[in-house]
Amino acid sequence: MPREGVLVHRIYERLDRDQVERIHSVSMEILRHPGIMCFNREAADIFASYGATVTAEPSARHWQVSIPEALVLQALKRAPQMVKLGARQEENSLILDGNEPRVYFASGSETNIWLDMRVETFVSKADHSVAVELATFHPRRGMLADLCAAARLGEHLDNLDGFIRPVNIQDEDITEENKDVNKFFACLNNMTKHVMAGLTSLDKLDKVIRMAEIIAGGKEELRRNPIISFITCVFKSPLQLVDDTTQKCIEIVRRGMPLVISASPQGGSTAPIKEDGMVAQINAEILGGIALSQLVSPGAPVIYGSVPTRAGLDDLADTYGVPEFNQYNVDCVQMARFYGLPCYSTAGVADVKVPGIQATVEKLFSHIVIALSGAQYIHYAFGLLDKTATFCPVQAVLDDAHIGMVKSLLRAPKVDEVEVVTSLEQIRQVMATSQKLFVRYIRPKLRSGEVTLPYPFEGDKARDEILLRAHEKMQELLQRPVEHIPPEVSERIFREVPGILPRLNTYREG
Amino acid sequence: MTNDIIERIKQNVIQGRMDKEDEGFNGGMVSQPGVKELVQQALDEGVDPRRIVVAGLTEAMKIVGDKFEAKEYFIPDMLASAETVGAAMDILAPYLAKSGVASKGKVLMATVKGDLHDIGKNIVTIILKGAGYEVKDLGADVGPEAIVASVREEKPDLLGLSALLTTTMVAMKETIDSLAQAGLRDRVKVIIGGAPTSVEFAAEIGADGYGADAFHAVRVVEELRQAS
Repeated sequence: MPREGVLVHRIYERLDRDQVERIHSVSMEILRHPGIMCFNREAADIFASYGATVTAEPSARHWQVSIPEALVLQALKRAPQMVKLGARQEENSLILDGNEPRVYFASGSETNIWLDMRVETFVSKADHSVAVELATFHPRRGMLADLCAAARLGEHLDNLDGFIRPVNIQDEDITEENKDVNKFFACLNNMTKHVMAGLTSLDKLDKVIRMAEIIAGGKEELRRNPIISFITCVFKSPLQLVDDTTQKCIEIVRRGMPLVISASPQGGSTAPIKEDGMVAQINAEILGGIALSQLVSPGAPVIYGSVPTRAGLDDLADTYGVPEFNQYNVDCVQMARFYGLPCYSTAGVADVKVPGIQATVEKLFSHIVIALSGAQYIHYAFGLLDKTATFCPVQAVLDDAHIGMVKSLLRAPKVDEVEVVTSLEQIRQVMATSQKLFVRYIRPKLRSGEVTLPYPFEGDKARDEILLRAHEKMQELLQRPVEHIPPEVSERIFREVPGILPRLNTYREG
Repeated sequence: MTNDIIERIKQNVIQGRMDKEDEGFNGGMVSQPGVKELVQQALDEGVDPRRIVVAGLTEAMKIVGDKFEAKEYFIPDMLASAETVGAAMDILAPYLAKSGVASKGKVLMATVKGDLHDIGKNIVTIILKGAGYEVKDLGADVGPEAIVASVREEKPDLLGLSALLTTTMVAMKETIDSLAQAGLRDRVKVIIGGAPTSVEFAAEIGADGYGADAFHAVRVVEELRQAS
């Protein structure tokens, strides 16, 4: 049985059917004219061989590709509507069905900064007998050991369904050569949930897949239970098919591994700020990438990856806490549904640099709205601050609790003949008592999980102790053991997949 | 044998299972005897009622309290357990009286004049019963005259007054003043509670104690009882 996630009973959609079809038509028009600027020769050749008009632009080192609608629609018909993301423990696998709004929450994505929290005691200047404990935050460069800790933490966060590494590994001995094998091994060895990641170097793809095959139990087992998947952002917005990521896309789908094909335009700078223009453009970009994947490898398991953001008005940086971010993303989920494709969407990023009230407001806003939209895989959902520049593990613990509340909120209502008869009987029984209290009926619902428990980080109500409680919880979770890759499998990986640093070997002597 | 039934009473109090119809919080316990049936069975088997109270009910409530402190149990769990103890005490009362055992004390409970909110008062009533007190609930919107009359007639050790509204909390002072005018103030300890009230307000109106919540109220009642 895969993980349950949450099946949204009534999805939230902004666009009516006419508007969806209108955006689809504009996306098709965009792909025809102006078309896409393709910087990858093989992709240009593939598009040309399937009837796209490809014009070489030698001075700019790219090809201008005009893709006809019929080609896109034909390719879309080949894309699977259901994609399985496997896991070391198969009950942690995820089924992403483009026709079912079952929502999973995942982490992400490669921040450079790891934000530590410390609890310090401050004494009042006015009255030295008054002392309070407060959180202080300390940013530092993310390291391999941090990625291992993040994976261990992610393993124990109940509402984290899938894992994308939330921190970049910047150790001195991590190079372009060994980064891929180390980041995948660090994740896989410290958790049993699905691991998704981008690829740093294309020539390491086969090593990473070999590692996954050894863990899964062979080539066929990995196809059946793909414990890893990949992300490629094939487009640099607006509408430029990048050489490197496009080649990665081609090679990954050739190997049959699940792949998120994403685009991340910024409304106001690399895409129109207007909702309709932004959504039409990102939709064109994602469909362009998906079309290519299906021309290369019909039926390849791909996911519609939408990461639209809005330009910050003060710095033109990606902004996540504004309502437009949610509007763009909800629309993209709806477009993916229009094509029957599973959607990789985005929620839970705070623009602020540290945990606190602003972070909670910004995060919860999108956690609720994007989950309501029925996106199948919501990444960026845990611990991200400062517009994805920072990962804070204490924040991830808070986000986990909040996502749990969101999942509870979205549970389908239980209103049927049996339920209403039971309630009627309950009301009659209580009205016949002197106290007229329904309290005793809470208990079975509490134990079955239908009633939400009190907020887990509440203090004594006289002061805000949320961060202190979340910090304690994080420390407790990090103390819990995880199920590492078994010794014999680990040994085989170290033997057959070169480049993994010895300090990642759980069973290394000394 | 005796130990066995005491243990079963204890476990059923912890589970808050009133009777055999009660499924318990895990479900699946329907048709097995609950506290009511087990207490009656114990009495029929000749178990000393004092032993039922001390080794069964009181021990169980200590465990329930520990679970609440550890956040393993919540208010509904405490109330369910307290309710079973209250029901058990109703069954045990005549037997305890025969054995010469008095209740811990008699408490009158009321929501004051002009206030119809009685959830808090009802919860305190249940918890106090569960703690072994004899409790009489006068209801909601009870005027000072009616409370004075009941105090005169019932001769309680304690009087609990509740109010939810800032507009009705003043009736608490009226009630305490009325008790004084009737010459009854020295005969009964008065404890107040409710959202707008506070320990300062209790002192201001001449009450003997203030309960911040139901469980705190029981502790205050215990302290007042021991002090007197």
